[in-house]
Amino acid sequence: MLCKIRSALPTIIISLFATSAHADYQFNLQTAATPIATEIYDLHNLILLVCLIIFVIVFGVMFYSLYKHRKSVGHKASQFSHNTKLEIVWTIIPFFILVGMAFPTTQTILRMKNVEGTDMSIKVTGRQWYWEYEYMDAGINYVSNLATPRDQIDNKAEKTAHYLLEVDQPMVVPTGKKVRLLLTASDVIHAWWIPAFGVKQDAIPGFINEAWFQVDKPGIYRGQCAELCGVGHGFMPIVVEAMPQEQYDAWLKSQKDKLAATAEAATKDYTLDELKIRGEAVFNSRCAACHQANGQGIPGVFPPLVEGATFANQDTLKRLAERGFAKDGKIVLGPKDKHLDIVMHGIPGTAMQALGEQMTDLEVAAVITYERNNWGNKAGDVLQPSEVATVRKPKG
Amino acid sequence: MATTTMHDAHHDAHPTGVMRWLTSTNHKDIGTLYLWFSFLMFLFAGGLAMLIRAELFQPGLQFFQPNLFNQFTTMHGLIMIFGAIMPAFVGFANWQVPLMIGAPDMAFPRLNNWSFWLLPAAAILLLVSFLVPGGAVAGGWTMYPPLFIQGGMAYDMTIFAVHLMGLSSIMGSINIITTILNMRTPGMTMMRMPIFVWTWLITAFLLISAMPVLASAVTMLLTDRHFGTYFFNAAGGGDPVMFQHIFWFFGHPEVYIMILPAFGILSSIIPTFSRKPLFGYDSMVYATAAIAVLSFTVWAHHMFTVGMPTASQLFFMYATMLIAIPTGVKVFNWTATMWRGSISFETPMLFAIAVVCLFTIGGFSGLVLAIVPVDIQLQDTYYVVAHFHYVLFSGAAMSIMAGVYYWLPKWTGHMYDETLGKWHFWLTTIAFNVTFFPMHFLGLAGMPRRIPDYALQFAEFNMLQSISSFVLGASQLLFLYIVIKCIRGGVPAGDRPWEGADSLEWTLSSPPPYHSFETAPAFK
Amino acid sequence: MQTIEQTNTQRYYVPAPSWWPLVGSVALLLLASGFVILLQNNPSGSYVMIAGALILITMLFGWFGTVIRESVGGLFNDQVDLSYRWGMGWFIFSEVMFFGALFGALFYARVITVPELGDTKLLWPNYEGTWPTAGPGVKETFAAMPAWGIPAINTLILLTSGATVTWAHWGLKNDNRTQLKIGLILTILLGAIFITLQIHEYSSATFTFQTGIYGATFYILTGFHGAHVTLGAIMLAVILGRVYAGHFTPERHFAFEAVSWYWHFVDVVWLLLFVFVYWLI
Repeated sequence: MLCKIRSALPTIIISLFATSAHADYQFNLQTAATPIATEIYDLHNLILLVCLIIFVIVFGVMFYSLYKHRKSVGHKASQFSHNTKLEIVWTIIPFFILVGMAFPTTQTILRMKNVEGTDMSIKVTGRQWYWEYEYMDAGINYVSNLATPRDQIDNKAEKTAHYLLEVDQPMVVPTGKKVRLLLTASDVIHAWWIPAFGVKQDAIPGFINEAWFQVDKPGIYRGQCAELCGVGHGFMPIVVEAMPQEQYDAWLKSQKDKLAATAEAATKDYTLDELKIRGEAVFNSRCAACHQANGQGIPGVFPPLVEGATFANQDTLKRLAERGFAKDGKIVLGPKDKHLDIVMHGIPGTAMQALGEQMTDLEVAAVITYERNNWGNKAGDVLQPSEVATVRKPKG
Repeated sequence: MATTTMHDAHHDAHPTGVMRWLTSTNHKDIGTLYLWFSFLMFLFAGGLAMLIRAELFQPGLQFFQPNLFNQFTTMHGLIMIFGAIMPAFVGFANWQVPLMIGAPDMAFPRLNNWSFWLLPAAAILLLVSFLVPGGAVAGGWTMYPPLFIQGGMAYDMTIFAVHLMGLSSIMGSINIITTILNMRTPGMTMMRMPIFVWTWLITAFLLISAMPVLASAVTMLLTDRHFGTYFFNAAGGGDPVMFQHIFWFFGHPEVYIMILPAFGILSSIIPTFSRKPLFGYDSMVYATAAIAVLSFTVWAHHMFTVGMPTASQLFFMYATMLIAIPTGVKVFNWTATMWRGSISFETPMLFAIAVVCLFTIGGFSGLVLAIVPVDIQLQDTYYVVAHFHYVLFSGAAMSIMAGVYYWLPKWTGHMYDETLGKWHFWLTTIAFNVTFFPMHFLGLAGMPRRIPDYALQFAEFNMLQSISSFVLGASQLLFLYIVIKCIRGGVPAGDRPWEGADSLEWTLSSPPPYHSFETAPAFK
Repeated sequence: MQTIEQTNTQRYYVPAPSWWPLVGSVALLLLASGFVILLQNNPSGSYVMIAGALILITMLFGWFGTVIRESVGGLFNDQVDLSYRWGMGWFIFSEVMFFGALFGALFYARVITVPELGDTKLLWPNYEGTWPTAGPGVKETFAAMPAWGIPAINTLILLTSGATVTWAHWGLKNDNRTQLKIGLILTILLGAIFITLQIHEYSSATFTFQTGIYGATFYILTGFHGAHVTLGAIMLAVILGRVYAGHFTPERHFAFEAVSWYWHFVDVVWLLLFVFVYWLI
């Protein structure tokens, strides 16, 4: 019965609208990829159908009355104003309809909330404005950034098919496994959402929320952050790639190799230009959302990073001045060690968060070197990954 | 004392010019102030909506950077709710409650004036906040921390604006509730009051209960922002979700604060143009009261994705579903009121019929959203945007329009232009539906709300909505023109321009004398 | 004048146009904007706030003065009197809801948040999650305020003051002005002692407003309560002044009753505070 509704409803609705051939109209929930999403799809159709039937009956009566009992056709008003039996009936019938809706819903809720028997756990951390995935059992973690080029957003380049729904490194999961998500956030509330999975869960700083999904069909699934989290809210998509177990194992191995390579890279010394090239990429994915690609920030909200620029937020300026990065209301290029301190530990009381935990030594070194030698900033100094390693507190 | 006596001496004379409005103690003048203020705010916040729709016309960032876009959405919400819809209903209460219960004025005429004049003060704080460093609030009208903790000066201005508006609402409600309980003309028992008065009595109760809770919540935000407290910060044992609970404990009654007076207006208009008494008066009263009571038990249905325990989710889902019953009773009663009436279709009636239909669509989408698993898919998507615009625009705002057309002849003494009124109705209704109905589809398809830019598969609907929204916006200028035209002149309305109307205000002249019901009117 | 009053009080007294509401709005706008400026670390905000406060005080004197003159002038009939009663009742109800939300925050933190954080070992491995607490991330040791010291004494003081204000009310109703005056003076004195002890308690506390959720809920609840006691004592003082001026009759004395209702209200809030903030740790 439910399946019939599911297949028939979109057809009915679509036939009501004449759509042009190229248009990409979608009228119902996305195609489900998990059992829970399928249940949600059916539930929505069921409820919608009940609502539609009631709507047609009630407004059928009303519009019949509007047509037949018009003054202009000379209908004389009768003066009744009560009918206790009728009133009792139309109070009780909806109650039973609601009970009928609540029953299957409750069953689905209980299944959604059941996180027993999961095969693997991924810790998901929402940050302004990207996601970080930590594979608890495999010991790897990485961040996942928006991959859409800035030029597409600014309408300077043609938008590609997965505009705003593409990332540099997707979450990768094996098919047929029950994956448990442990969600949290580092700054503000975010929400992790993949429509095809029927999973939407707030990621709240300081707390852990749980969710789970099991995908059987290999493929790429896309979603977005679903809780307003600041200026980058529309620009932190979620992409999950589901693949068979063997492929997943191979992916896991490649990730571990990559981590080892990164650790090795951190011990090397780099030239200024090498670091600047790496630093630009890091800056654009991590810092540009606030400080902007041109380093000018957003007036009054996010300070510029360019020497000589002005900034209107006195409170932030004071904090910058304490660290040697502002003087007489203008931004100046402060000392290298303070620069490192800000990136590693953030500026308490502002939106500048501690980024040390989320970036490798090389990334920190590269982005700081880039900031100090770009947009007309001429510090001339180079920060090496080894210097970053010395200020990192031992984990524990 | 001397001046008091002077004015009392010729009490039908009143100060003229700007003094009349600044110092007024007259419920009709204050009602007029409320209505104009809300109209102004409606146009301003509507203008923000136009800017939002301009940016969303196409994918990509065209006109505004995300920071400014978020300011627009946040301020659009805050101003529409606190600046447009709520003051408009208080304006109706000011004009109509004393007239409908045969009272000489509100119970506390001076306090009434203060309730109004706090609103411009709050509006100044809100509007000026666009100009301060960092711009206006951009954290959403729901003000969720920790995002709200991050913002600049404008966030403090918004907190204080909320305090002022809260104060205004509380004082206004105390006034209305006291007026209704204490100043009815002899013979008008509680169960014989017009339904509009009943809905406002219950609304005032909701306001007095809910607004102080909001004041508490934003006060805690303020201390978290500036005095180092940890109410909403886990590091100190606080909880961002706690804010959401407190906020929605205010916020859900607030939803009914914005719709119950609308129900009251509909229950005045539908019997008039059906030329038939309201069907099921008693059940209408009980349904209103039931909605009010239930409204305090359903708040967490706004928070199904925050990670509540299963039992809480089930409780809040069941309680929310129950609200469908009294709401359904109302719709059935209106239908039964029309049944076998002698119906005519003047502009107020057209609006009223549209509201019943469209509000019911909003009610049904609310029922869909009450279903936890479905809500998890739809939370924070355009489906929610569609839902609350169906209840707030085609529910509350269009009821306000219906009420304005209905009582404008009484207030001004002139009939409005019926042809233009019908144009306004059809333009508004059609443009509204073309703008907001496709949002259901966008939400189902997975478009999150509060984003300045969107994926390509959402482009067609968004463009259609933007075009239609501009028509919707422009039609409201027509409304402004109709109202002004009606104030400036027109066919004299007579005491009772609607033959089916029978409450006390229609026994007065149009416009009513400056001080009406100086002796208690007879009520049979 | 007598005849004019007659016609106006015939049905219900509707006051003449008044500037005070607008003055009040300007005052509150100045207070709010001054505070905003001050919060930006800009000291000039305090001048704006002072201006606002002065205007507000002027407004309160002017407005209440007018009401008192109208009342003494016999402009208020029984229906007006009843309006004031309803009005004050609903005002106190709104205050109940204000404190209710703050208590709600306390209960939510104690019953839901803190235990949950204690169970979140992944993020807060060493956190116990027991009340009283400054939270998992605030490194501060402190001692919760014990109930059976100053707070217990303060409870007695406030309960006694509730009795003295009622005793004063009996005096008023029996036209015993001496009893009325003594009762009021005693009530105000007890209120002042309460506030003094509260200040002493604050100054001896081992924690601040910033000591996690315990400090935050403690100070916001006791702080707002203290502010209400102060306001109540000021209002009692105004009533005392009016008693000396010969106002109030055994039959008509709503202002006295309103203030005493308010006083009982802050009394009840204190009892809840004593139980949930101090006692049940």
